[in-house]
Amino acid sequence: MSDATISGGLNPITPAPPSTPPPARRPATGSSSTWRLTDRLGLAFAWLLGLLFCAITAAIVIFLVIQGVRFLRPYMLWTNPKVSYTQSGSGGFFDPMIGTFIVAGIAIGIAGPVGVGVAVWLSEYARPAGLARAVESTVEMLAGAPSVVLALFGILLFESHVLAAASYTSGGVVFGKSFIAAGAILSLVALPYVVSSAREGLQGIPNHVREASYAVGKTKIATIRRVLLPAARPSVITGYMLGIGHVIGDTAIIVLLLGDTETFQGVGHVPVLGILRGTGSTLTSYVFDNAPTGDLNQPNKAYAAALVLLAIVLGLNLVVDVFGRRSRELRWS
Amino acid sequence: MELNRPPRVRRLSPAAPVTARPPRTEAPTLVNGNGAAAADSHGAGATSSFVGARRPPRSTVPTIDRMQVEQVSIAYASKLAVKEVSLPIRQGEVLALIGPSGCGKTTLLRSLNRLTELTKTASLTGRIALDGTDITTLEPTALRRRVTMVFQQPNPFPMSVFDNVAYVLREQAKRRPRRDSLRGEVETALARAGLLDEVADSLDHPALRLSGGQQQRLCIARALAAQPEVLLLDEPCSALDPRSTAVIEDLVVKLREQVAIVIVTHNLQQAYRIADHVGFMYLGELVEYASATTLFGSPRQQRTKDYVSGAFG
Repeated sequence: MSDATISGGLNPITPAPPSTPPPARRPATGSSSTWRLTDRLGLAFAWLLGLLFCAITAAIVIFLVIQGVRFLRPYMLWTNPKVSYTQSGSGGFFDPMIGTFIVAGIAIGIAGPVGVGVAVWLSEYARPAGLARAVESTVEMLAGAPSVVLALFGILLFESHVLAAASYTSGGVVFGKSFIAAGAILSLVALPYVVSSAREGLQGIPNHVREASYAVGKTKIATIRRVLLPAARPSVITGYMLGIGHVIGDTAIIVLLLGDTETFQGVGHVPVLGILRGTGSTLTSYVFDNAPTGDLNQPNKAYAAALVLLAIVLGLNLVVDVFGRRSRELRWS
Repeated sequence: MELNRPPRVRRLSPAAPVTARPPRTEAPTLVNGNGAAAADSHGAGATSSFVGARRPPRSTVPTIDRMQVEQVSIAYASKLAVKEVSLPIRQGEVLALIGPSGCGKTTLLRSLNRLTELTKTASLTGRIALDGTDITTLEPTALRRRVTMVFQQPNPFPMSVFDNVAYVLREQAKRRPRRDSLRGEVETALARAGLLDEVADSLDHPALRLSGGQQQRLCIARALAAQPEVLLLDEPCSALDPRSTAVIEDLVVKLREQVAIVIVTHNLQQAYRIADHVGFMYLGELVEYASATTLFGSPRQQRTKDYVSGAFG
């Protein structure tokens, strides 16, 4: 070797002789009996809180399931509510159940595309930066707004003559309460969940994936449509499900904007539109009315309907879980 | 023919005879701590221990000038990343850009299909011509179909193997072509990337289920599907295992006759193994541009000599 610096660099590195690792200050899996008293108290407290939380949740679910199973009868799923003073004569909750699906459908039908659009804009364009910040904080504010406030705004909005077609008008007064009105305002409840989840999904896509699409001559629009949105689909669906879960669980907007009639009261003669323009109820308002403190006071029916409501929401959470897991499966390194 | 090299396993076996031209992958024996085989093949003026390892022969087809980079400087805001670089890019040979991290080689590569324009602060002076046409006069999308790119991380799109390639072919047509009418072109592209045999039965499987090396070859197939004149490779093997790397290196050498290839690499041995010409960049400057044997065997510049001999970088 002529070059001293190079030959020096090529000297074989002698491996360090194997040595015993330094003793750990505290065995990682050892018993906590060697800990300081404050640490042990802290650990005990953390355990206690965790167990308490589980116990409370379990108590709610078990209570609801026991009460629900006691009072839920299959006929209730396909019988409409009837006016009666006895619990055996007051029918089931077919219309409220369908009503739940209708408002969820309308709300996500609006919040879905709008939310994904907002998310795409925030994630892929976001210019000018000031507008992006404004949109961001608007969505956050919407997420934090109590639904009863949104409901009040909805009443004002849908009682205006411009939106008279959404409900029925009698003697020049717009009633302002209908499935359309409730669904539209409920979409504001779902929107933040769709936006934040879809946005998270889009931002989780590495930048080189976008560039790979541009690098084969694709436009930004084509990249968004054909690469980014399909890649973000699991997150978008998670957002939909979270949104639907909150729409289904909302009561204030339903009570104030759906008219809170136990069965569908259609408006006009067009079959589907009639129902959408008319009033009705959902499982939440049905439970609200039939609860022991409610107007109708049919507690057995309230428990049965609450169980169905709980089952629907838990089912949605299950879907979210499955999609969340699948979205983690196929990713770029 | 060089293209039909013995399989990797044989080359790694200790029984492989050390001939006057040792098998190409004798070079990695250095990594194993056994420099004897490589040292035997050293020429007197060799600066890199792997010089003399077997390289593919020069392409038999005549080279065609595809791109001309003339006095190109690229800056990010006020920071100059590439300084007055000029070099030719030819079909029929592989051009490797080497240099330490941050020396501007990736920036230069990305400027060739105007991907640098995606960075808001980037600005370019000088001229880059593709087949005699200034690339700034072309539509970016049209340019990027003629100068396609493969990235460091394998990044197949979240769709089937078939659709990954078909994606490139669709949407340039006025009406969306039917799947069956694309099949031939998709299979041709996959075959050119040497992937067709492995995925022929799983064209409908998600591309992200393929192995890393297969994903990267799918990305090459995707880049080839546009029928480009120039193929840019940005460290295409740095996320792959040695076996997949060897497959892709063979592929690159094979492809050089159909398309001009520019490859950015950190791996000097790789540049030596596959490149015909090498550009060494340092702090944004093109320090030396020469044939691979010259640049690694007898570099003219001291900085090149220091870099390829491992004194820095």
